Amino acid sequence: MSRIAGSGQTSSGDQFRLLPSGRPFGSLYSGNVRAVVARGLKATWGSNWAIMASGFVEPVLFLIAMGIGLGSLIGTVEGPGGQEIGYIAYIAPALLAVSAMNGAVYDSTWNVFFKLNFAKLYQGMLYTSLGPLDVALGEITLALLRGALYATGFTAIMGVMGLITTPWALLMIPASVVIAFGFASFGMGITSFMKTFQQMDWINFIMLPMFLFSATFYPLSVYPQAIQWVIQALPLWHGVELLRQLSVGTFTAATGIHVLYYLVMIVLGLILTTARLRKLFLK
Amino acid sequence: MPNIAVPKQLTRTVISARGLTKKYGDFAAVNGISFDVPAGESFGLLGPNGAGKSTTMRMIGGVSQRTSGELAIMGLDPEQHGPEVRAHLGVVPQQDNLDEDLRVRDNLIVYGRYFGLPYSYLRPKADELLEFAQLSDKAKAKVDSLSGGMKRRLTIARSLINEPKILLLDEPTTGLDPQARHILWDRLFRLKEQGVTLVLTTHYMDEAEQLCDRLIVVDKGQIMAEGSPAALIREYSTREVLELRFGSERNATVAAQLEGIGERLETLPDRVLIYTHDGETSLEQVSARGLHPVTSLVRRSSLEDVFLRLTGRSLVD
Repeated sequence: MSRIAGSGQTSSGDQFRLLPSGRPFGSLYSGNVRAVVARGLKATWGSNWAIMASGFVEPVLFLIAMGIGLGSLIGTVEGPGGQEIGYIAYIAPALLAVSAMNGAVYDSTWNVFFKLNFAKLYQGMLYTSLGPLDVALGEITLALLRGALYATGFTAIMGVMGLITTPWALLMIPASVVIAFGFASFGMGITSFMKTFQQMDWINFIMLPMFLFSATFYPLSVYPQAIQWVIQALPLWHGVELLRQLSVGTFTAATGIHVLYYLVMIVLGLILTTARLRKLFLK
Repeated sequence: MPNIAVPKQLTRTVISARGLTKKYGDFAAVNGISFDVPAGESFGLLGPNGAGKSTTMRMIGGVSQRTSGELAIMGLDPEQHGPEVRAHLGVVPQQDNLDEDLRVRDNLIVYGRYFGLPYSYLRPKADELLEFAQLSDKAKAKVDSLSGGMKRRLTIARSLINEPKILLLDEPTTGLDPQARHILWDRLFRLKEQGVTLVLTTHYMDEAEQLCDRLIVVDKGQIMAEGSPAALIREYSTREVLELRFGSERNATVAAQLEGIGERLETLPDRVLIYTHDGETSLEQVSARGLHPVTSLVRRSSLEDVFLRLTGRSLVD
């Protein structure tokens, strides 16, 4: 019988030199994010594709109902550059931002919550060479892949409906990934605090009003000034405005601020998530 | 740090703990334990639930930070070099944490990828391990369709994917039926024959006696005794034990009348144990005193008796 384990003279033989290496994150990171991503893809294609599809269909249904239905009553509205655009073209980029947010939040909150507390998946992973940062980056990458997929599909539908009038609009796809990155890196960190399903419901409690009121369906100017400030502090508004500007190829100083907002959110989110995983798993 | 070890020492002592302590607030789950495990040994941590066995295992795996003390796995501190240390560990946790989203064979391959091992190595290795775990015909099955014993064997197969030098088994057979336990013991014994260092926790005496070359008896985070199962029994118990049941009402009162028979007497709520070198002779002495137990049993001493002697409590409550 061949050897099952033991002195490891086959492929792991040269690993036997257990030399300390100078990795920047020490025990937190082993540079093997791709294994976590590969696992996620295999598991997703195996079982969760129906949930995947539903996340894509939802914003499309909104686009049809609100855009075509409500849009026929409204006609045209003022776009980012001051030009008149159809109502459906006004809300489409906003719904794309919502779709990027939803995909990223689903993957990084409910999905992570289940794996953390019920499937004990991460406990198994962290008994291998993987560190918490490998796991976090892997899960976030998966959320981004899903976000990119949704964004590409939604943009294609916008194209089919004749809502894409400038090549700049294609930048909405990478911008959606940036939006997804911001939500995913934060979502995972926040989920690590959650212990019960009731607590998880708070996430929906925040997401739904953010979806409805972040200048998704009408301009921010309808609100009194104080409310405008609150909305402008929230991440989705920046995503909506960024994609809306890209959809018509209008760039202002605000474009840079929106992007900067997300870069800061991504960095803070990653710091939070890594610190939390370390606390949870290396206690 | 004492991390730079000579290669020869690496192969001799694979786990070395000195004054290992883990505190949660004021509570010391592990309270200053020291032990060495040489390569190829089968080493057991025997103790009741809550003794600190699992915490010790988690510290060895580098997924729990010790409060104080020193710990070296193959010469490295698992806290500083978690990924490197775990590359040489196989871990079978107390609760199976198989990946339910993946099929049986994929569980092995994907887990191997976490170690950064290439597919060209993993594919044949997975088939080999499925055969070892007697799961070849389940390769494409879903994990949740497996029985408890099969899941346990798959977890063990998974832990071997990286050809570990040290296999950590946390209560490997808890919750399995006798037949499944024996199959598992057989597989573990084969690994031991191949030179894998086994470290296992258990609260089953028979398991410890079957599998362990040497063990430490742990209670309340401290080591109560250390040695081979036979040596521990020799040191802390007698050759045989006479178990007498007089009915739960009478055990305590009858015990007083049994003084002087055998070497030592232990009164439990449900029975009286007489530690003796010759159980049959002792039983005759009991009858000679006009005492007639409801049931009597002469058996060999086990680690259970050692534990009872050391802590005054049973292993399994």
